[in-house]
Amino acid sequence: MQQALKRKRSRASYIGLVYISPWIIGFLLLQLYPFLASMYYSFTSFDLINTPKWIGLKNYVDMFTKDDMFYQTLKVTLIYALIAVPAKLAFALLVAVILNVKMRSVNFFRTVYYLPSILGGSVAVAVLWRFLFMKEGVINNVTAMLHLPAVDWLGNPKLSLFTISMLNVWQFGSSMVLFLAGLKQVPGELYEVGRVDGASKLRMFFSVTLPLITPILLFNLVMQIVNAFQEFTGAFVILPDGGPLKSTYLFGMKLYDEGFKFLKMGYASALSWVLFSIILIFTLLVFRSSSYWAHYEDGGDKH
Amino acid sequence: MRNESMRKAVTFVFMCVFGLIMIYPLIWLFSASFKSNEEIFGSLSLWPKEFLWNGYQNGWKGSGQYSFGLFFMNTFKLVLPTVFFTVVSSTLVGYGFARFQFPLKRLFFALMISTLMLPNAVVMIPRYILYKNLDWLNSYLPFIVPAALATNAFFVFMLVQFFRGLPRELDESAKMDGCNSFMILVRILLPLAKPALFSAGIFEFIWTWNDFFNSLIYITSVKKFTVSLALRMALDNSASIAWNQVLAMSVVAIVPCILVFFFSQKYFVEGIATTGIKG
Repeated sequence: MQQALKRKRSRASYIGLVYISPWIIGFLLLQLYPFLASMYYSFTSFDLINTPKWIGLKNYVDMFTKDDMFYQTLKVTLIYALIAVPAKLAFALLVAVILNVKMRSVNFFRTVYYLPSILGGSVAVAVLWRFLFMKEGVINNVTAMLHLPAVDWLGNPKLSLFTISMLNVWQFGSSMVLFLAGLKQVPGELYEVGRVDGASKLRMFFSVTLPLITPILLFNLVMQIVNAFQEFTGAFVILPDGGPLKSTYLFGMKLYDEGFKFLKMGYASALSWVLFSIILIFTLLVFRSSSYWAHYEDGGDKH
Repeated sequence: MRNESMRKAVTFVFMCVFGLIMIYPLIWLFSASFKSNEEIFGSLSLWPKEFLWNGYQNGWKGSGQYSFGLFFMNTFKLVLPTVFFTVVSSTLVGYGFARFQFPLKRLFFALMISTLMLPNAVVMIPRYILYKNLDWLNSYLPFIVPAALATNAFFVFMLVQFFRGLPRELDESAKMDGCNSFMILVRILLPLAKPALFSAGIFEFIWTWNDFFNSLIYITSVKKFTVSLALRMALDNSASIAWNQVLAMSVVAIVPCILVFFFSQKYFVEGIATTGIKG
């Protein structure tokens, strides 16, 4: 009797494993194995035709000592992330705060602002960006109307990266929706208290609103960092060759060129591990620092 | 009170102006697709002098050999199975994580969540080599198989969260009636989970529809090109000639996404608001 019960329970405990089995297979085959394999490939020279040849650290040494483009692409990607991520989040938060009023039209505007995010990485939007910011494009027509000199948005190496980042910032909608959901959770009484104490709007934002939505800020920040460092489509479609003086040659493009254009799979794997390390360092820094600035209602796990 | 309505009016005006700036590029895209090449540049007007359809007519013909009709069919052949298998696999896996105890569950769950932050860049080369060895390149299997294996943790997590929100008493009473765990899922939980399944399907539809990078590396022959790839090809071919064709095809390429978005917005905003994430 007892044994039968035990058997039944242990069978029940394996049913869960049956349900998650697709994920287990997918994880092992398409995530864990490739993750480790790319580590291995990064120590080899591999052109897809001949078998991989072990060359130790040569890929990494070459990258740091011989490949000038490596530093350029690293610089470009860092600047891109430093422009796009803060600008996007600041925009998203600002608009969310403004939209956080009780009005019927809010839902409509939320939809409108969200629309560009839907089209996010699509080629069509990148094409559109290229047209808007051409020398003879619409944006320069607007500046001409305001009697400002025409600007070479994509041809000037000092501006091109900024122009590309703006495409990312334009898609602030999904972060905004998250902030908006967070703002709805902020209890109204807190504002009442602030109002009674005569705190200004700005003051209330910084001492009531902002601390309460820091968990969402943290989440948005991490996801945007992971995405920004891997950006590819926009830059690739708008300026396929990396822009004037390679000023928009993002890391993702370098990876694509080395791996899929020149078929240097080993070298590309090494590059991908460098990118992975950079993303990891940035996210760890954000998580570490978050115990100082992210606020959790339940006290979080601060020590 | 007056102060409050004043504030609302100011907010409203701001939102209108800002909203207009936000979607101006999309409206411009739409109107420019009807303009002549000369008018695309040099005119800010959103109303074409005369409506020209030849951008659409000629653009649709595509590369000469293959038309956009084929590219659309290809995209549907890629996207629809991917969406279907994503929803099925994420449901099963989400159900498993949400309702059962099993060995190593905590570890598996943690691993699943951590893959949310695993950059695609670091797994793409071995995956490519794997697909090449399996002879899957230039087919849609590199999109469909990962979907069937629930590799996108975002959807699994979304469904786990959703199932956790459904009361366990439902399962218990169904069990009393003699349902096994699979029948509980199909008969009791799935009808309730429709909104979550919809949001998952819609997100996957839009992401796969817009995907460019994976299509670029996995699909090599023009005959199998998706709309994204065809669009880029059109952009390369018409370096200086037929801009309105490129713009017209850009419009056509985003129309399915915009339609899906407007018809299902409710699920959309709820989907991201409950699980958080992405864009």
